[in-house]
Amino acid sequence: MALNLRTLVAALLVLALLLVPVYAAFIGNNFILSVCTRMVILAIAATSLNLIMGYGGMVSFGHAAYLGIGGYVVGILAFEGIYSGFIQWPLALVVSAVFALVIGALSLRTKGVYFIMITLAFAQMIYYVGVSLSRYGADDGLTIQRRSQFGDLINMSHKATFYYVCLACLFITLFVVWRLVNSRFGMAIQGARSNDTRMRAIGFPTYRYKLTCFVIAGTICGLAGALLANHTDFISPAVMHWTRSGDLIVMVVLGGMATLFGPLIGTVAFLALEEALPFVMSKTIDPYFIPSGIRPSEYWQIILGPLLLLVVLFARGGIDGFLARISDKEPS
Amino acid sequence: MSALLQVENLAKRFGGIVATDDVVFNIPEGELHAVIGPNGAGKTTLISQLFGQLMPDSGRVTFAGTDITRLPMHQRSALGLARSFQITSLFLDLSVLDNVALAVQAHAGHSFHFWRDARKQSELRDPARAVLDRAGLAHLGNRSAAALSHGERRQLELAMALAGSPRMLLLDEPMAGLGPEESARMVDMLRELKRKYTILLVEHDMEAVFALADRITVLVYGRVIASGPPDEIRGNAQVREAYLGEEDHVEGAVNG
Repeated sequence: MALNLRTLVAALLVLALLLVPVYAAFIGNNFILSVCTRMVILAIAATSLNLIMGYGGMVSFGHAAYLGIGGYVVGILAFEGIYSGFIQWPLALVVSAVFALVIGALSLRTKGVYFIMITLAFAQMIYYVGVSLSRYGADDGLTIQRRSQFGDLINMSHKATFYYVCLACLFITLFVVWRLVNSRFGMAIQGARSNDTRMRAIGFPTYRYKLTCFVIAGTICGLAGALLANHTDFISPAVMHWTRSGDLIVMVVLGGMATLFGPLIGTVAFLALEEALPFVMSKTIDPYFIPSGIRPSEYWQIILGPLLLLVVLFARGGIDGFLARISDKEPS
Repeated sequence: MSALLQVENLAKRFGGIVATDDVVFNIPEGELHAVIGPNGAGKTTLISQLFGQLMPDSGRVTFAGTDITRLPMHQRSALGLARSFQITSLFLDLSVLDNVALAVQAHAGHSFHFWRDARKQSELRDPARAVLDRAGLAHLGNRSAAALSHGERRQLELAMALAGSPRMLLLDEPMAGLGPEESARMVDMLRELKRKYTILLVEHDMEAVFALADRITVLVYGRVIASGPPDEIRGNAQVREAYLGEEDHVEGAVNG
């Protein structure tokens, strides 16, 4: 592989992620570590969404549901006194997979806008199930008293350790997705995205491949959900709200669909903007509005929206696609 | 029952329009059978029913002794039936070689292989290269399918139908939109294929049809008005009237 800008950015990003706890310890501030843990967890979710949306052409508008399902499995088990991660985590994956199987089996009978709408509808149903779980806090959510226990193996309550567990999960996810999309299975998935009718005409029963892909993505996102619940020590229906599903789509599109590192880049960019925009705006724009009593920094999405519009209009393929184009122009 | 493909009393209507009206014909192994007819005669609708994109309202389609009337497309493909599309249908965002390799993969067992790099598997890539070579596209393998000219796309369309080593080809206007030179090349290719495959050819290019076909079926308003060897069809009065709009040269007897 030639060293171009695109691979350089990916490599630097990985290196930076590896060094975050060192930096946090150095400056003695754990806030940055917490922000980055969240980034890493959501990057896992975005990567799993990219598997179906970017590679498989299945635009799921309900992917955050699996964040909630994975999280609720951990939260409910902890509430009922089962703290072992060896039980919580596998169960979170299995339950997510079962939900993905049912949702996918029905949704994949539709295409295009209908698919988007039906995945949204399922996610909303699950959201309202969460809201109605009065034993588990209903819409107030459920505080998780103890994080998943892995005996003496790993201490999940140690912030840096937990961060590296999440990062390891992200790297494993990226590796698995990379193998997957280049395998025969991955070729079948990409063929179905490109031209489903033709795939069936040359002999592929595309439905079962797409469904399998959908289940794999849901399972991976369930893992992200289990991690997220551990990270926040809390689970509530809010993580499954449809706007969360929208955020995941934005992360994937912003970073670059159907590229391995795109969703990671997109997640980092999205969450960095989420943190930085209010801060920058409060320093620059807010002072002009003091007489009116309005604080524009509270409405930081006003800047984020047009930014996204620019990416969609002028940088098809997201940030990663943009970097790839610059790299191609360089005489290397 | 030696025919490879048997079509019995096939019928399909869309509302008040009869697209296929009691169509009957047989294609024995090794024959190149052309289906001609004016625009809107129901030729593509017929192919779609033979291949499973559309389900007939009634009638029966038998392929190699199996009733395939209600089978989904991928199962027909597995039995050895392949089709090309009148409107080119490719994987435009994949490379030319990937396009054909996918068609090879479709017939190399199931695709629940999650780990090994499919682009490095010689059991997929080698047959795909061989098919590209036969279609005259070997030099374009690494090109994106979207970057091909119309003529090259038509060739790739045919290559993908061939890649699954089918027993029978359903070709829907392979020469659609080709210039004279490209058409001539396509006729040469079809002549080459004719010896190896049973072919059902839908085509508007009459010169090509009469040069290639063993037998011709004429379809008008979804109904078979004649079926027979080219010479017979050429002399058929009903065909001339319906298809060519000529009523003067009334020669020869009508054959069913």
